[in-house]
Amino acid sequence: MSELLQPVVLIGILTGTIRFATPYLYASIGEMFAQRSGVVNLGVDGIMLMGAYTGFFIALQMPGDGGLWLGLLAAAIVGLLMGLLMSVISVTLKAEQGISGIGLFIFGLGLSSLLFRVTIGTVKTVEGFKPIPIPGLSQIPVLGEVFFTNSVVVYGAFLIVPIAWFVLERTTWGLKIKSVGQNPAAADSLGVSVNRVRYVCVCLGGALAGIAGASMSLSLVNLFQDNLTAGLGFIAVALVYFGGWRPMGILIGALLFSFINALQLFMQVTKVGISPDLANMLPYIITIVVLMFPINRARQPAALNKPFERGEN
Amino acid sequence: MPASSPAASRPHRRVNWNNLTYSVGLPLLALGFALAVCAVILLLLGVNPFEAYAAMIAGAFGTISGITQSIAKATPLLLVGLGICIAFRASVINIGAEGQIILGALGATWFSLAFRPILPDALLVIGTLLAGFLAGAFWGFIPGVLKARFGVNEILSTVMLNVVATQILLAMLKGPLMDATGVTAGTFLPQSEELPEAVWLAKIVPQTLLHTGAILAVVLAFVVYIFLWRTTIGYRIRAVGLNPEASRYAGIRVPVYQALALTLAGGLAGLAGVVEVIGVQHRLLEGITSGYGFSGIVAALFGGLHPLGTIPASYLFGSLLVGADKMQRAMQVPSSLVDVLLGLVVLFVVGSQYYARRRAARRATRPTAAAPAAPVEEAVSA
Repeated sequence: MSELLQPVVLIGILTGTIRFATPYLYASIGEMFAQRSGVVNLGVDGIMLMGAYTGFFIALQMPGDGGLWLGLLAAAIVGLLMGLLMSVISVTLKAEQGISGIGLFIFGLGLSSLLFRVTIGTVKTVEGFKPIPIPGLSQIPVLGEVFFTNSVVVYGAFLIVPIAWFVLERTTWGLKIKSVGQNPAAADSLGVSVNRVRYVCVCLGGALAGIAGASMSLSLVNLFQDNLTAGLGFIAVALVYFGGWRPMGILIGALLFSFINALQLFMQVTKVGISPDLANMLPYIITIVVLMFPINRARQPAALNKPFERGEN
Repeated sequence: MPASSPAASRPHRRVNWNNLTYSVGLPLLALGFALAVCAVILLLLGVNPFEAYAAMIAGAFGTISGITQSIAKATPLLLVGLGICIAFRASVINIGAEGQIILGALGATWFSLAFRPILPDALLVIGTLLAGFLAGAFWGFIPGVLKARFGVNEILSTVMLNVVATQILLAMLKGPLMDATGVTAGTFLPQSEELPEAVWLAKIVPQTLLHTGAILAVVLAFVVYIFLWRTTIGYRIRAVGLNPEASRYAGIRVPVYQALALTLAGGLAGLAGVVEVIGVQHRLLEGITSGYGFSGIVAALFGGLHPLGTIPASYLFGSLLVGADKMQRAMQVPSSLVDVLLGLVVLFVVGSQYYARRRAARRATRPTAAAPAAPVEEAVSA
């Protein structure tokens, strides 16, 4: 494992950690809003796939920066629409959220593959968002390269963490979201429209999941293929639990997962250490262990996974 | 709660045609909607949906090979779906069938290879089936215990365990279980060696994919039906799902029965892995699950979470999978269309249950309904 300690390798792994954290962050922060309002959207992976496809398809038709931005926007809109579909089924029609989420996942998986094979067909690449070094900060040795020489999509992912915290903890909207997730009956009696708040949160989560997908196809790997996300969206859902429904906790979890991803990539290249397949399991097992601690469950929104029916309780 | 319809309990059990129409009609309506949405998508992509659907139907039902393939595909769907019926009836959402299939397939592969020289053929087959069942059950037992003992959400733990199982499969196929001929030939294919012919399931129709595992699955559907509706343990599992509070007051240990339901669900999914290995592939491969862990959920939901309803539902979705493959070959329409269809069916089925629940609630409050306050008893429709 001595290769690990070489500075070049270390910088490579750290840079990878920051970049790979991007889709986790967008998707998890979005899912956090949905869950804080009481809705588990298990279909994040399907939304990400549709976002990744949509963004990539547009970028392929329109080379250049304009196409990339338009692709990102379209991915967010597609994500929002899928969030809307999830809301109708799970909020209005009060379906069991675990199952409707799986339905949304299968739908997104199938549709993104269908559209990809019909409209694109073969694996192509686009020139994704270019890294923009931040003047001054990017000159710092090591840190500059790791943190401050990334694409705008990566910066955005780290920016939404404090924004999400602010919205949740310092705005009326945040208070409404939390009250709807914690005690919908009380929120309802105070005139908060439980279902409207949930619709907004699930749609926001969908839009961010769409962006998460596009961040992969337009900034990280710059291509699209069948099942590009390979279950990453499910991890994003788990990260919300892992992070105790808090933006900072999610950030830590996302960095842990992306660190292991980066490490694994390195181990594949150099073929050192233990089997990468086994190393890959580690974050999932850690997540399960974290979920076993009571402190984590205490933080769970009380009305999570429970459709709201006026006059119950 | 899935399919929990607190319908009024009736003094005598008899077939209620009105309920039956509802529980069969709503899924069919959902399928119709899903087909219509897919038709629109196909139109937008410049494909004639009628031709595509005709190719699917011809592919699935038009030839002996299509029909036998459909039944062969329906077999793992049915096995997974039966497990889903048990789990969802206990109100635990088992998303972990994918991982449980993998563990079952791994257990079966390991057992048949390890005990090939020792055991007589008949025992080897039985042992292989048992090993797969136990391995899958173990993979369902873990989230079961995590939920019962530590309150870990089973949706999450099963999703995590799916990934862990996939990684174990890869590590085994690239390591201890890798086909030795692949190593000497230098191909290093991530697959196991061919299993001993003694454990191959016999073909029902020669020269086709249809193997005796299909019979096993149908028999098990009846076993699960009897288990759920004619045994005390089964009754408790359903009671726990319908009303956990009432069950607790009745002295039923809710977490234990939920863990048991997950374990059994895992075992049945494990068997799905076994029949794929010893009935179809005759070796362990990457991607052995073919997504059956998810499509099995669709089949169970479509069958009204009823073991016997899951039989025709599995056959229907098995046919859809086969038909989509044939359609892809005949018309160059990607077979992923069937995933779009499956996803929409799930969404529409769970969405439509709202109306079934509302109707049940209306009937329960009607003065003619005998005892609406006893939802634990024979309350499940159909």
